[in-house]
Amino acid sequence: MKKKNEITFVFDSCSENESLARTVMAAFIARMDPTLEELSDVKTAVSEAVTNAIIHGYEGGEGKITIHSQIEGNIVRIEVSDKGVGIPDIDKAMEPLYTTKPEMERSGMGFAFMEAFMDELEVISSEGEGTTVSMRKTIYSALNLS
Amino acid sequence: MERFSLERNGSTLILHISEELDHHMAMQVSRTVDTQIEKGNLKTLIFDFTGMTFMDSSGIGMVMGRYRKMNFLGGQTYVSGIGDGVDRIFAMSGLYRIIPKYEERIQEA
Repeated sequence: MKKKNEITFVFDSCSENESLARTVMAAFIARMDPTLEELSDVKTAVSEAVTNAIIHGYEGGEGKITIHSQIEGNIVRIEVSDKGVGIPDIDKAMEPLYTTKPEMERSGMGFAFMEAFMDELEVISSEGEGTTVSMRKTIYSALNLS
Repeated sequence: MERFSLERNGSTLILHISEELDHHMAMQVSRTVDTQIEKGNLKTLIFDFTGMTFMDSSGIGMVMGRYRKMNFLGGQTYVSGIGDGVDRIFAMSGLYRIIPKYEERIQEA
């Protein structure tokens, strides 16, 4: 297996692209031979981050979302970025069940799932400039691959 | 191909969905189920997730939103056919505290 690999892709902010984004990421990490649970963890985290960019970052409007991902050994790093409105209070946004869009039936569990399913989560955001969500996860089954 | 289907049986509505349930899909499903709820005479709503391979937090919001409507009308809501992936998401979100599994429901005498 190639020890290092990298991918960057940019797509329009629209809900149809949520499945595209997680399918691409699932294919990208497939060579790490993840368990079904690890694969599902990464797909869920990517889906949450992309959905946040669409609903909150661009507020349902037009924009581009960039995913940059790196595999190094048995670690995968994923960055999901938008150039949307940004998050005024990141700590508040990350509280489980907190949502600014209850009328859209948002459960407020997005960041909680990203935190639970990935090993590390970092959110960098500035108002009016956008948000980058960086996540890292060790794929344990990849340890056994030479 | 059917992405989801509805089965109406008297005052019971069953939604069968095995498609990946994300924000995009949740919006479509919500609209369809709401149309049925608004028609009235519904006492029980069952979400059947048999065969579902993926759900994110949008699925929680979709189920909770329909539960609120059913609850307002005095009806019951259940989830059914839960696989491991969906079970983890539901358990973490605390959804089972509000919406029981149909298979584990308390039968009225």
